[in-house]
Amino acid sequence: MTETGTEAATPPPAGAPQPSRPDTGGEPGRGRRVLPPAVARLAYTNTFWIFLVLVALVVFFGAMQPNFISAVSLRSLAADTAPLLLIAVGMTYVIISAGIDLSVGSVLIFSGVIAAKTMLWLGGDGAHPDAGATSAGWTVTLAGCLAGMLGGLAWGLLNGFMVARMKIPALIATLGTLGMALGATYLITGGTDVRGIPLNFARTVGFGLVAGVPWLVIIAVLVTVLLGVVLAATRFGSHTYAIGSNAEAARRVGIRVDRHLIKVYGISGLLAGIAGCLSLAHFTTTTISGHTADNLSAIAAVVLGGASLFGGSGTVTGSAVGLLVPAVLQSGFVTIQVNPYWQYLAVGAVLVLAVYVDQLRRKARSAGR
Amino acid sequence: MTATPILEMRGIDKSFGPVQVLRQVDFTANAGEVTALVGDNGAGKSTLVKCVGGIYPIDSGDYLFDGKPVTVHSPRDASSLGVEIVYQDLALCENLDIVQNMFLGRERTRGIVLDEPTMEKMASETLDRLSVRTVKSIRQLVASLSGGQRQTVAIAKAVLWNSKVVILDEPTAALGVAQTAQVLELVRQLADNGLAVVLISHNMNDVFAVADQIACLYLGRMAAQVKATDVTYSQVVELITAGRSGDLGLQAAAVAAAGNGNGSHDAGVTDLGDMNGAQ
Ligand SMILES: Nc1ncnc2c1ncn2[C@@H]1O[C@H](COP(=O)(O)OP(=O)(O)OP(=O)(O)O)[C@@H](O)[C@H]1O
Ligand SMILES: [Mg+2]
Repeated sequence: MTETGTEAATPPPAGAPQPSRPDTGGEPGRGRRVLPPAVARLAYTNTFWIFLVLVALVVFFGAMQPNFISAVSLRSLAADTAPLLLIAVGMTYVIISAGIDLSVGSVLIFSGVIAAKTMLWLGGDGAHPDAGATSAGWTVTLAGCLAGMLGGLAWGLLNGFMVARMKIPALIATLGTLGMALGATYLITGGTDVRGIPLNFARTVGFGLVAGVPWLVIIAVLVTVLLGVVLAATRFGSHTYAIGSNAEAARRVGIRVDRHLIKVYGISGLLAGIAGCLSLAHFTTTTISGHTADNLSAIAAVVLGGASLFGGSGTVTGSAVGLLVPAVLQSGFVTIQVNPYWQYLAVGAVLVLAVYVDQLRRKARSAGR
Repeated sequence: MTATPILEMRGIDKSFGPVQVLRQVDFTANAGEVTALVGDNGAGKSTLVKCVGGIYPIDSGDYLFDGKPVTVHSPRDASSLGVEIVYQDLALCENLDIVQNMFLGRERTRGIVLDEPTMEKMASETLDRLSVRTVKSIRQLVASLSGGQRQTVAIAKAVLWNSKVVILDEPTAALGVAQTAQVLELVRQLADNGLAVVLISHNMNDVFAVADQIACLYLGRMAAQVKATDVTYSQVVELITAGRSGDLGLQAAAVAAAGNGNGSHDAGVTDLGDMNGAQ
């Protein structure tokens, strides 16, 4: 009775060797178009548009003030943005999974403090206590960074646990850890920044260059590319989109949604930890009174980059572009001598507009069903 | 036709807290046949299907697959047996495209990277095999598809795998005439290809159009499972609304027991025999 029934079991016809490229657009597909996923996704996000905006801004400021695109200003812009880029990448994962992470700024500071304290503890020079660990070697530096990153990861996992297992809304859970991480930081430091990190760490990672490119940027870009590929081209990435799009559907096909969410928040925490270490190297001190708006900057970048706050869409590339827009606006206004505070106004307005457009698109979609 | 049903549920009990939704339910599905599962709203059809699919654990009873007792604790267990379910609410990811939805949870990879070409090819071939021509691009987002197209994608997702049993929970409920006909054609085609298909529907025309067997749930009990050719339209309606029709269905005592909700277990007797509640 099973003339063709068993075919269901063996999807690619046996014996026919698979061509490396599908010919699905050809005869078997009967003219069904097959767009590469990246292109298809691009068409449905505003990543493309925000990229055009970025290019337009650079061209505009470049025309107004030719030295805007000088190597130096680009370099410092990139170095200043590097830690925030990592945070935005983590935020991209979280927002795609239909969550939010407000704690990233606090976790960044906390991780920086843990890293610095560990370096001082391991590399402190008994004879010259004032010198801190400035002359300590790379082992001390690495141990400190590892401790800082683990600190970030721990906060992230706690966020994930609260959201996935305790079912606390992400907004509240991460608002809680925002406060807790900040409180812990102040308890550890007594409110004063930690100084005296190893000099070799600051000189290389902090402001060293490789072929003219800051180490900071290289590290941040490498991590970003890695996580961008993971999101776009691996099972883990697919599941992140699926959970943000329809968690119940993901559960029904056997995806362990809780576990996955914990990992997603863990990634965000870990990246905030790495950002804390980079920031520590760059400023040679912890910056415990800064970073209060990092969470909002990262969220803005992710949303500008085409992600939906309802989950299920967004890309790492988009977020990176979305992060550069405010940064370019800021330095652009400075170079053409417009009050740079206009930047906040402009970005705020564009952000609200981006969410509004997303809302409209969702409405049109459900009406057209 | 093999003698042993590919899927057999025996004496299934299922409660949600104090509410007993399934009582001593027997149900079978044969390869190459469409088995319609009918019953009024709240009769327990979706619950039975979710028990089969591993979404809900059963309280007691036997789950036999190909004549052998198995334990199914998760959707993964069910799909590794070859049982695929298209749920009433479909559960597709709107933000993902057709290929991504079809392979969700079982993505093909090359190393750690997704093998998009192979997945596209398999998805396209499956849609072709189901003679689906309404979908323009397999990279279209599900959000942009019509109800019938979504149903098609959900069915294609179910048959993409090594599936032996495909269960469809009210696949035509939200569809127009033309799309309903298409889905029913698809259902018949799957059975003709040797799969066991279970179709849940409230529409008697649909049921009689494609079903080989009809199983009727009444207030959580299996009133009867009979050959479609052995019953009339009105007998099935009676089974659905009253739990019995002539000497078919639950005996009077069982109907009363089912009717008052908390009745004892031991009164149900169907034409298929043992529902004496020796647990
Ligand atoms: N998770 C649950 N918790 C508690 N009660 C439930 C749950 N799921 C279903 N029920 C109850 O079980 C009974 C059967 O529901 P079920 O969804 O199986 O019915 P159905 O036959 O599929 O109905 P319909 O034709 O409306 O889809 C209903 O009374 C319902 O309220
Ligand atoms: Mg139902």
